[in-house]
Amino acid sequence: MKKTVVTVIGRDTVGIIAKVSAKCAEYDVNIIDITQSVLQDMFVMVMMTDIAGLKCSFKEFSEAMDQLGKELNMEIRVMHEDIFNSMHRI
Amino acid sequence: MINLNDILETINMIRQENLDIRTITMGISLLDCADSDIDRSCEKVYNKIVRCAGNLVKTGEDIEAEYGVPIINKRISVTPISMLVAVSGGDPVKYAHALQRAADTVGVNFIGGFSALVQKGFSAGDVELIRAIPRALNETRNICASVNVGSTKAGINMDAVKMMGEVIRESAELTADRDCIGPAKLVVFCNAVEDNPFMAGAFHGISEPDCVIHVGVSGPGVVHAALKKCDGDLGEVAEIIKRTAFKITRVGQLVGTEAAKRLGVPFGIVDLSLAPTPAVGDSVARILEEMGLDVCGTHGTTAALAMLNDAVKKGGVMACNSVGGLSGAFIPVSEDEGMIAAAQSGDLTIEKLEAMTAVCSVGLDMVVLPGETPAEVISAIIADEAAIGMVNSKTTAVRAIPAIGKKAGEGLNFGGLLGEGPIMAVNLTASPKKFIDRGGRIPAPMQSLKN
Repeated sequence: MKKTVVTVIGRDTVGIIAKVSAKCAEYDVNIIDITQSVLQDMFVMVMMTDIAGLKCSFKEFSEAMDQLGKELNMEIRVMHEDIFNSMHRI
Repeated sequence: MINLNDILETINMIRQENLDIRTITMGISLLDCADSDIDRSCEKVYNKIVRCAGNLVKTGEDIEAEYGVPIINKRISVTPISMLVAVSGGDPVKYAHALQRAADTVGVNFIGGFSALVQKGFSAGDVELIRAIPRALNETRNICASVNVGSTKAGINMDAVKMMGEVIRESAELTADRDCIGPAKLVVFCNAVEDNPFMAGAFHGISEPDCVIHVGVSGPGVVHAALKKCDGDLGEVAEIIKRTAFKITRVGQLVGTEAAKRLGVPFGIVDLSLAPTPAVGDSVARILEEMGLDVCGTHGTTAALAMLNDAVKKGGVMACNSVGGLSGAFIPVSEDEGMIAAAQSGDLTIEKLEAMTAVCSVGLDMVVLPGETPAEVISAIIADEAAIGMVNSKTTAVRAIPAIGKKAGEGLNFGGLLGEGPIMAVNLTASPKKFIDRGGRIPAPMQSLKN
């Protein structure tokens, strides 16, 4: 398993989860967990995903998600979970 | 599952507070490139850099994409070139051109190491290299030079100090048509470190491995944002800085370890630094002001900076395996939006800046001097700064740029990370010429009776 965190930040609209998870499925990325919150008046969705089945390069997947974010007028980031582990856990 | 708030905190640091890795710097030893024929030597230098660092930029970009944290600069430091000049003789500027060619090929934005270490005296190649610095910096774009003129163990080589005042002026004159950019790429050190990843003073020391990766972290904006929420006493302020520095530095450790693994070279050190940029929200001066000073440079600035510097180190040390480089808060004038504003308003003077350098990383950095400043005054400024480093067993440095043809009230604009700086007033009425002309060496200081 290779865990990656996908964060979606922007104004809440209908169908965000559907569109983001459809894109994940297209790239064989498995969604493990989804949570939502509000950060400085912005809607935030955080998805824990497993990219072990990814058939393209990480960069390609990350760019596809970035492109989807632009289409939805939201900010989508794909980040390896290690950055959060190393910053917040001793 | 990682805590949601932790994820949001990290994302916010990157989105809003300019968290980034300032530089991944590959140190490369060029000792095995020395040849008695200078052209052959240059060719070996070029080949070795391209062989070792061919994948440096791509690896940096891959890591940046995977971890989502910006890596601003990919750079290279090399063995002080004076050592190669000692073997080959010839015009040292040839090496600068070879380094520039290598920088263009591998795509790094700076190579540091057009350097000489002369704290105790000059050996073969040293004087030739120092005299060639103005031409080297004029004829290349991405090469940085540095000269170490003093140390706590050796004292200060005042002949070198005198020479460096002249070299800085000459370099500014040669590049006067480009906002005197030459000396912005030249650092004069006391107690230079061998594993510094930051430009312009990076070089690869002779005790370092053949090839190594160092990382310099950044994050003044993150510390500033964390302090905004704090109304407590200074003990609490120090605690917040420590916690924030820990998190910033952990990112550096992660990126450095990963880069070293992918490039197949040992991981050297993390430089625990608060490195500002001219961007709003990325300033060390603004942190000091957030602590409670009206403006950086007023009374209390030295104390605030001392605390900031110490807390950054305490927080960062636990976050990584090996700490080194310059490690501390940087206060370059032209590269820090708050420092520029304080210098412009006249609240930050060169004398206060000198006092600040006694308690933080490096020294009088990116300071723009009036165009008429004579070489001996620049030398005297270097001597003062080197004395602070020598006596306090710390690294100090001078990166001063005389603004040729300009006076107080005007300034220079270097562009990019080097920023822009207003001319700072210097005492030009009382000359230190006789003191500087004496030359010789200031003996190493006592290491006991510490008062």
